[in-house]
Amino acid sequence: MSKFKKQKKELPPISTASLPDIVFMLLFFFMVSTTMRETELMIKPPQLPQAHAIKKFEHKNLVSTVYIGKSLNPNKKGDVIQLNDKIARVSDIQGFIFNNREKLQEEEIPFMTTLFKADIDAKVGTIADIKRNLRDIDALKISYAAVGRNE
Amino acid sequence: MARRTAPEINAGSMADIAFLLLIFFLVATTMEVDGGIARKLPQKTDVKTDIKLKEKNVLQIAINRNDDILVEGNQRVKIKDIKQIALDFIDNGGGIGNKDVGKCDYCKGKKDPKSSDHPNKAIISLKSDRGTSYGAFVGIHDAVGAAYTELRNRVSMEKYGKSFQALEKQQKSDKSQKLKDKIKAIKDLYPEIISEVEPTEN
Repeated sequence: MSKFKKQKKELPPISTASLPDIVFMLLFFFMVSTTMRETELMIKPPQLPQAHAIKKFEHKNLVSTVYIGKSLNPNKKGDVIQLNDKIARVSDIQGFIFNNREKLQEEEIPFMTTLFKADIDAKVGTIADIKRNLRDIDALKISYAAVGRNE
Repeated sequence: MARRTAPEINAGSMADIAFLLLIFFLVATTMEVDGGIARKLPQKTDVKTDIKLKEKNVLQIAINRNDDILVEGNQRVKIKDIKQIALDFIDNGGGIGNKDVGKCDYCKGKKDPKSSDHPNKAIISLKSDRGTSYGAFVGIHDAVGAAYTELRNRVSMEKYGKSFQALEKQQKSDKSQKLKDKIKAIKDLYPEIISEVEPTEN
Protein backbone atom coordinates (compact mmCIF):
# COMPACT_ATOMS: atom_id res chain seq x y z
CA MET A 1 0.00 0.00 0.00
CA SER A 2 2.69 2.46 0.93
CA LYS A 3 4.91 1.05 -1.71
CA PHE A 4 4.29 3.84 -4.13
CA LYS A 5 3.98 6.71 -1.72
CA LYS A 6 7.47 6.36 -0.34
CA GLN A 7 9.19 6.72 -3.66
CA LYS A 8 11.19 9.92 -3.60
CA LYS A 9 11.01 12.24 -6.55
CA GLU A 10 14.40 13.98 -6.09
CA LEU A 11 17.24 13.19 -8.42
CA PRO A 12 20.26 11.54 -6.88
CA PRO A 13 23.18 13.94 -6.38
CA ILE A 14 25.71 13.87 -9.13
CA SER A 15 28.83 12.21 -7.96
CA THR A 16 31.82 14.48 -7.72
CA ALA A 17 34.24 11.71 -7.05
CA SER A 18 35.67 11.93 -10.55
CA LEU A 19 36.32 15.63 -10.39
CA PRO A 20 39.84 15.23 -9.06
CA ASP A 21 40.60 12.90 -11.91
CA ILE A 22 39.44 15.38 -14.47
CA VAL A 23 41.44 18.12 -12.84
CA PHE A 24 44.52 15.95 -12.77
CA MET A 25 44.03 15.08 -16.38
CA LEU A 26 43.92 18.73 -17.36
CA LEU A 27 46.94 19.39 -15.24
CA PHE A 28 48.93 16.65 -16.90
CA PHE A 29 47.83 17.81 -20.32
CA PHE A 30 49.09 21.31 -19.75
CA MET A 31 52.25 20.05 -18.14
CA VAL A 32 53.04 18.04 -21.23
CA SER A 33 52.09 20.51 -23.91
CA THR A 34 53.92 23.46 -22.43
CA THR A 35 57.45 23.76 -23.63
CA MET A 36 59.79 25.35 -21.22
CA ARG A 37 62.26 27.81 -22.47
CA GLU A 38 65.70 26.54 -21.79
CA THR A 39 67.50 29.81 -21.88
CA GLU A 40 66.36 33.07 -20.44
CA LEU A 41 66.22 35.68 -23.15
CA MET A 42 68.35 38.73 -22.50
CA ILE A 43 67.20 40.44 -25.65
CA LYS A 44 63.77 41.39 -26.90
CA PRO A 45 62.09 38.14 -27.95
CA PRO A 46 62.82 37.93 -31.66
CA GLN A 47 59.85 37.96 -33.95
CA LEU A 48 60.54 35.15 -36.38
CA PRO A 49 59.66 35.48 -40.05
CA GLN A 50 57.05 33.26 -41.65
CA ALA A 51 57.92 30.58 -44.15
CA HIS A 52 56.32 27.61 -45.90
CA ALA A 53 59.13 25.13 -46.17
CA ILE A 54 60.20 24.45 -42.63
CA LYS A 55 62.25 21.56 -41.52
CA LYS A 56 61.83 20.50 -37.94
CA PHE A 57 64.78 19.23 -35.98
CA GLU A 58 64.68 15.70 -34.83
CA HIS A 59 67.67 15.76 -32.54
CA LYS A 60 67.55 18.73 -30.29
CA ASN A 61 70.96 18.19 -28.79
CA LEU A 62 72.55 18.72 -32.19
CA VAL A 63 71.19 22.24 -32.47
CA SER A 64 73.00 25.29 -31.18
CA THR A 65 70.81 28.32 -31.16
CA VAL A 66 72.01 31.83 -31.80
CA TYR A 67 69.58 34.57 -30.87
CA ILE A 68 69.77 37.83 -32.74
CA GLY A 69 67.51 40.73 -31.94
CA LYS A 70 67.14 44.12 -30.40
CA SER A 71 68.50 45.05 -27.04
CA LEU A 72 66.10 45.37 -24.13
CA ASN A 73 67.39 48.88 -23.72
CA PRO A 74 65.38 50.88 -26.27
CA ASN A 75 68.11 53.49 -26.64
CA LYS A 76 70.62 50.96 -27.83
CA LYS A 77 70.54 50.55 -31.57
CA GLY A 78 71.74 47.69 -33.68
CA ASP A 79 71.53 43.95 -33.34
CA VAL A 80 72.43 42.10 -30.20
CA ILE A 81 73.59 38.50 -30.22
CA GLN A 82 72.82 36.12 -27.40
CA LEU A 83 74.53 32.78 -26.86
CA ASN A 84 73.39 30.62 -23.98
CA ASP A 85 72.55 33.06 -21.21
CA LYS A 86 74.87 35.83 -22.17
CA ILE A 87 74.98 38.71 -24.55
CA ALA A 88 77.84 37.98 -26.86
CA ARG A 89 79.87 39.40 -29.67
CA VAL A 90 80.44 37.88 -33.08
CA SER A 91 83.89 36.73 -32.03
CA ASP A 92 82.39 34.59 -29.24
CA ILE A 93 80.61 32.34 -31.73
CA GLN A 94 83.50 30.00 -32.33
CA GLY A 95 84.00 29.32 -28.66
CA PHE A 96 80.31 28.68 -28.27
CA ILE A 97 80.31 26.11 -31.05
CA PHE A 98 83.44 24.41 -29.71
CA ASN A 99 81.80 24.21 -26.32
CA ASN A 100 78.74 22.54 -27.79
CA ARG A 101 80.90 20.17 -29.78
CA GLU A 102 82.56 18.93 -26.65
CA LYS A 103 79.23 17.63 -25.37
CA LEU A 104 78.77 15.42 -28.40
CA GLN A 105 80.24 12.27 -29.79
CA GLU A 106 82.83 12.74 -32.46
CA GLU A 107 80.72 11.19 -35.20
CA GLU A 108 77.82 13.51 -34.43
CA ILE A 109 79.75 16.69 -35.05
CA PRO A 110 79.13 16.91 -38.82
CA PHE A 111 75.40 16.83 -38.14
CA MET A 112 75.47 19.79 -35.82
CA THR A 113 73.27 22.62 -36.94
CA THR A 114 73.43 26.24 -35.99
CA LEU A 115 69.98 27.75 -35.78
CA PHE A 116 69.61 31.48 -36.27
CA LYS A 117 66.72 32.80 -34.27
CA ALA A 118 66.73 36.28 -35.57
CA ASP A 119 64.19 39.05 -35.50
CA ILE A 120 62.64 39.98 -38.84
CA ASP A 121 64.22 43.39 -38.53
CA ALA A 122 67.68 42.06 -37.80
CA LYS A 123 70.30 42.86 -40.39
CA VAL A 124 71.75 40.35 -42.81
CA GLY A 125 75.18 41.83 -42.11
CA THR A 126 75.17 40.52 -38.56
CA ILE A 127 74.22 37.07 -39.77
CA ALA A 128 76.85 37.19 -42.49
CA ASP A 129 79.52 37.94 -39.90
CA ILE A 130 78.42 34.94 -37.87
CA LYS A 131 78.35 32.75 -40.95
CA ARG A 132 81.89 33.74 -41.82
CA ASN A 133 82.98 32.68 -38.34
CA LEU A 134 81.12 29.40 -38.69
CA ARG A 135 82.79 28.68 -41.98
CA ASP A 136 86.17 29.19 -40.40
CA ILE A 137 85.55 26.38 -37.95
CA ASP A 138 83.76 24.12 -40.39
CA ALA A 139 80.33 24.37 -38.78
CA LEU A 140 78.60 24.33 -42.12
CA LYS A 141 75.06 23.29 -41.39
CA ILE A 142 72.88 26.25 -40.65
CA SER A 143 69.19 26.90 -40.41
CA TYR A 144 67.18 30.09 -40.52
CA ALA A 145 64.46 29.87 -37.92
CA ALA A 146 60.96 30.68 -39.09
CA VAL A 147 57.45 29.90 -38.05
CA GLY A 148 55.11 27.94 -40.25
CA ARG A 149 52.57 29.83 -42.26
CA ASN A 150 49.07 28.47 -42.24
CA GLU A 151 47.29 28.75 -45.51
CA MET B 1 10.35 -2.86 3.60
CA ALA B 2 11.63 -1.91 0.23
CA ARG B 3 13.04 1.57 -0.15
CA ARG B 4 13.57 2.24 -3.73
CA THR B 5 15.82 5.23 -4.24
CA ALA B 6 17.66 5.39 -7.50
CA PRO B 7 21.07 3.79 -6.98
CA GLU B 8 24.06 6.10 -7.01
CA ILE B 9 25.99 6.07 -10.22
CA ASN B 10 29.14 4.12 -9.82
CA ALA B 11 32.03 6.52 -10.27
CA GLY B 12 34.72 3.94 -9.95
CA SER B 13 35.31 3.67 -13.64
CA MET B 14 35.51 7.43 -14.08
CA ALA B 15 39.17 7.40 -13.15
CA ASP B 16 39.85 4.85 -15.87
CA ILE B 17 38.17 7.02 -18.45
CA ALA B 18 40.19 10.01 -17.27
CA PHE B 19 43.41 8.08 -17.59
CA LEU B 20 42.46 6.88 -21.01
CA LEU B 21 41.95 10.46 -22.13
CA LEU B 22 45.17 11.51 -20.49
CA ILE B 23 47.12 8.86 -22.33
CA PHE B 24 45.44 9.80 -25.58
CA PHE B 25 46.52 13.42 -25.21
CA LEU B 26 49.97 12.39 -24.16
CA VAL B 27 50.40 10.48 -27.36
CA ALA B 28 48.62 12.88 -29.67
CA THR B 29 50.17 16.16 -28.59
CA THR B 30 53.36 17.07 -30.33
CA MET B 31 55.54 19.39 -28.46
CA GLU B 32 56.47 22.53 -30.23
CA VAL B 33 59.80 22.05 -31.93
CA ASP B 34 62.04 24.60 -33.46
CA GLY B 35 62.08 24.62 -37.20
CA GLY B 36 63.82 26.52 -39.87
CA ILE B 37 65.02 26.68 -43.42
CA ALA B 38 68.06 24.45 -43.64
CA ARG B 39 71.02 25.60 -45.72
CA LYS B 40 74.60 24.58 -46.00
CA LEU B 41 77.55 26.92 -45.99
CA PRO B 42 80.25 26.36 -48.57
CA GLN B 43 83.43 24.75 -47.38
CA LYS B 44 86.26 27.11 -46.66
CA THR B 45 89.00 26.92 -49.22
CA ASP B 46 92.23 28.78 -49.54
CA VAL B 47 92.51 28.16 -53.21
CA LYS B 48 90.47 30.53 -55.22
CA THR B 49 89.16 28.77 -58.23
CA ASP B 50 87.51 30.63 -60.99
CA ILE B 51 84.77 28.45 -62.25
CA LYS B 52 83.45 29.57 -65.55
CA LEU B 53 79.72 29.74 -65.51
CA LYS B 54 77.53 30.72 -68.31
CA GLU B 55 75.63 33.80 -67.36
CA LYS B 56 72.39 32.23 -68.50
CA ASN B 57 72.74 29.43 -65.95
CA VAL B 58 72.74 31.85 -63.06
CA LEU B 59 69.65 33.54 -61.75
CA GLN B 60 70.72 36.59 -59.86
CA ILE B 61 68.49 37.80 -57.10
CA ALA B 62 69.64 40.86 -55.26
CA ILE B 63 68.08 42.56 -52.27
CA ASN B 64 69.10 46.02 -51.25
CA ARG B 65 68.93 47.56 -47.83
CA ASN B 66 65.40 48.80 -48.39
CA ASP B 67 64.38 45.21 -49.08
CA ASP B 68 63.73 45.91 -52.76
CA ILE B 69 64.31 42.87 -54.90
CA LEU B 70 66.07 42.95 -58.24
CA VAL B 71 66.18 39.93 -60.54
CA GLU B 72 68.91 39.57 -63.19
CA GLY B 73 69.98 43.12 -62.53
CA ASN B 74 67.14 44.77 -64.34
CA GLN B 75 63.80 43.55 -63.17
CA ARG B 76 62.27 44.87 -59.99
CA VAL B 77 59.90 42.33 -58.53
CA LYS B 78 57.85 41.65 -55.45
CA ILE B 79 58.58 38.79 -53.13
CA LYS B 80 55.50 36.87 -54.23
CA ASP B 81 56.79 36.72 -57.82
CA ILE B 82 60.09 35.11 -56.84
CA LYS B 83 58.72 31.59 -56.68
CA GLN B 84 57.40 31.67 -60.25
CA ILE B 85 60.59 33.26 -61.58
CA ALA B 86 62.71 30.62 -59.86
CA LEU B 87 60.40 27.88 -61.08
CA ASP B 88 60.59 29.00 -64.70
CA PHE B 89 64.32 29.37 -64.47
CA ILE B 90 65.07 25.97 -62.92
CA ASP B 91 62.61 24.08 -65.05
CA ASN B 92 63.63 25.68 -68.33
CA GLY B 93 65.79 22.82 -69.60
CA GLY B 94 67.03 24.57 -72.71
CA GLY B 95 70.25 22.62 -73.13
CA ILE B 96 72.45 19.82 -71.93
CA GLY B 97 73.13 19.16 -68.27
CA ASN B 98 76.20 18.27 -66.26
CA LYS B 99 77.43 14.72 -65.64
CA ASP B 100 76.39 13.50 -69.09
CA VAL B 101 72.72 13.45 -68.32
CA GLY B 102 71.93 14.99 -71.64
CA LYS B 103 68.78 16.93 -72.18
CA CYS B 104 66.29 17.45 -69.40
CA ASP B 105 63.43 15.19 -70.42
CA TYR B 106 61.37 15.76 -67.30
CA CYS B 107 61.43 19.53 -67.51
CA LYS B 108 58.23 21.26 -68.50
CA GLY B 109 59.73 24.69 -69.04
CA LYS B 110 59.82 26.83 -72.13
CA LYS B 111 63.20 25.50 -73.36
CA ASP B 112 64.29 29.06 -73.80
CA PRO B 113 67.89 29.07 -75.05
CA LYS B 114 68.53 32.27 -73.09
CA SER B 115 67.63 30.68 -69.75
CA SER B 116 69.15 27.77 -67.83
CA ASP B 117 70.35 24.60 -69.61
CA HIS B 118 69.44 22.00 -67.06
CA PRO B 119 68.23 21.91 -63.45
CA ASN B 120 71.60 20.53 -62.34
CA LYS B 121 73.33 23.53 -63.89
CA ALA B 122 70.88 26.15 -62.74
CA ILE B 123 72.31 28.23 -59.95
CA ILE B 124 70.37 30.70 -57.93
CA SER B 125 72.59 33.41 -56.63
CA LEU B 126 71.40 35.49 -53.73
CA LYS B 127 73.03 38.79 -53.13
CA SER B 128 72.10 40.82 -50.14
CA ASP B 129 73.18 44.00 -48.51
CA ARG B 130 74.41 44.20 -44.96
CA GLY B 131 71.39 46.33 -44.20
CA THR B 132 68.85 43.93 -45.64
CA SER B 133 66.34 42.77 -43.08
CA TYR B 134 66.36 39.16 -42.01
CA GLY B 135 62.64 38.89 -42.76
CA ALA B 136 63.08 39.72 -46.44
CA PHE B 137 66.14 37.52 -46.66
CA VAL B 138 64.33 34.49 -45.28
CA GLY B 139 61.34 35.30 -47.47
CA ILE B 140 63.46 34.88 -50.59
CA HIS B 141 65.05 31.71 -49.30
CA ASP B 142 61.60 30.39 -48.60
CA ALA B 143 60.28 31.31 -52.04
CA VAL B 144 63.21 29.65 -53.79
CA GLY B 145 62.84 26.61 -51.56
CA ALA B 146 59.14 26.47 -52.37
CA ALA B 147 59.95 26.44 -56.09
CA TYR B 148 62.27 23.47 -55.64
CA THR B 149 59.75 21.67 -53.49
CA GLU B 150 57.07 22.10 -56.12
CA LEU B 151 59.29 20.76 -58.89
CA ARG B 152 60.42 17.83 -56.79
CA ASN B 153 56.86 17.02 -55.85
CA ARG B 154 55.85 17.06 -59.48
CA VAL B 155 58.60 14.78 -60.72
CA SER B 156 58.12 12.49 -57.74
CA MET B 157 54.41 12.20 -58.50
CA GLU B 158 55.23 11.16 -62.04
CA LYS B 159 57.85 8.63 -61.05
CA TYR B 160 56.55 7.11 -57.86
CA GLY B 161 52.97 8.34 -57.62
CA LYS B 162 53.76 10.09 -54.37
CA SER B 163 54.84 13.61 -53.63
CA PHE B 164 58.39 14.28 -52.52
CA GLN B 165 57.19 15.64 -49.21
CA ALA B 166 55.25 12.44 -48.61
CA LEU B 167 58.38 10.42 -49.31
CA GLU B 168 60.36 12.49 -46.85
CA LYS B 169 57.66 12.06 -44.25
CA GLN B 170 57.69 8.33 -44.82
CA GLN B 171 61.40 8.30 -44.14
CA LYS B 172 60.74 8.99 -40.47
CA SER B 173 59.31 5.52 -40.01
CA ASP B 174 60.74 3.66 -42.97
CA LYS B 175 64.54 3.58 -43.00
CA SER B 176 64.87 1.27 -45.98
CA GLN B 177 67.57 1.80 -48.56
CA LYS B 178 65.00 1.76 -51.34
CA LEU B 179 63.25 4.80 -50.01
CA LYS B 180 66.57 6.53 -49.44
CA ASP B 181 67.51 5.90 -53.05
CA LYS B 182 64.20 7.26 -54.25
CA ILE B 183 64.67 10.48 -52.31
CA LYS B 184 68.19 10.81 -53.56
CA ALA B 185 67.08 10.23 -57.14
CA ILE B 186 64.55 13.05 -56.89
CA LYS B 187 67.09 15.32 -55.25
CA ASP B 188 69.49 14.63 -58.10
CA LEU B 189 66.89 15.55 -60.68
CA TYR B 190 66.36 18.92 -59.05
CA PRO B 191 69.42 19.65 -56.91
CA GLU B 192 69.09 22.76 -54.80
CA ILE B 193 71.94 24.97 -55.85
CA ILE B 194 71.72 28.23 -54.00
CA SER B 195 74.72 30.39 -53.66
CA GLU B 196 74.88 33.25 -51.23
CA VAL B 197 77.09 36.12 -52.16
CA GLU B 198 78.88 37.90 -49.35
CA PRO B 199 76.76 40.94 -48.53
CA THR B 200 77.92 44.26 -49.87
CA GLU B 201 79.17 46.92 -47.54
CA ASN B 202 76.44 49.55 -47.72
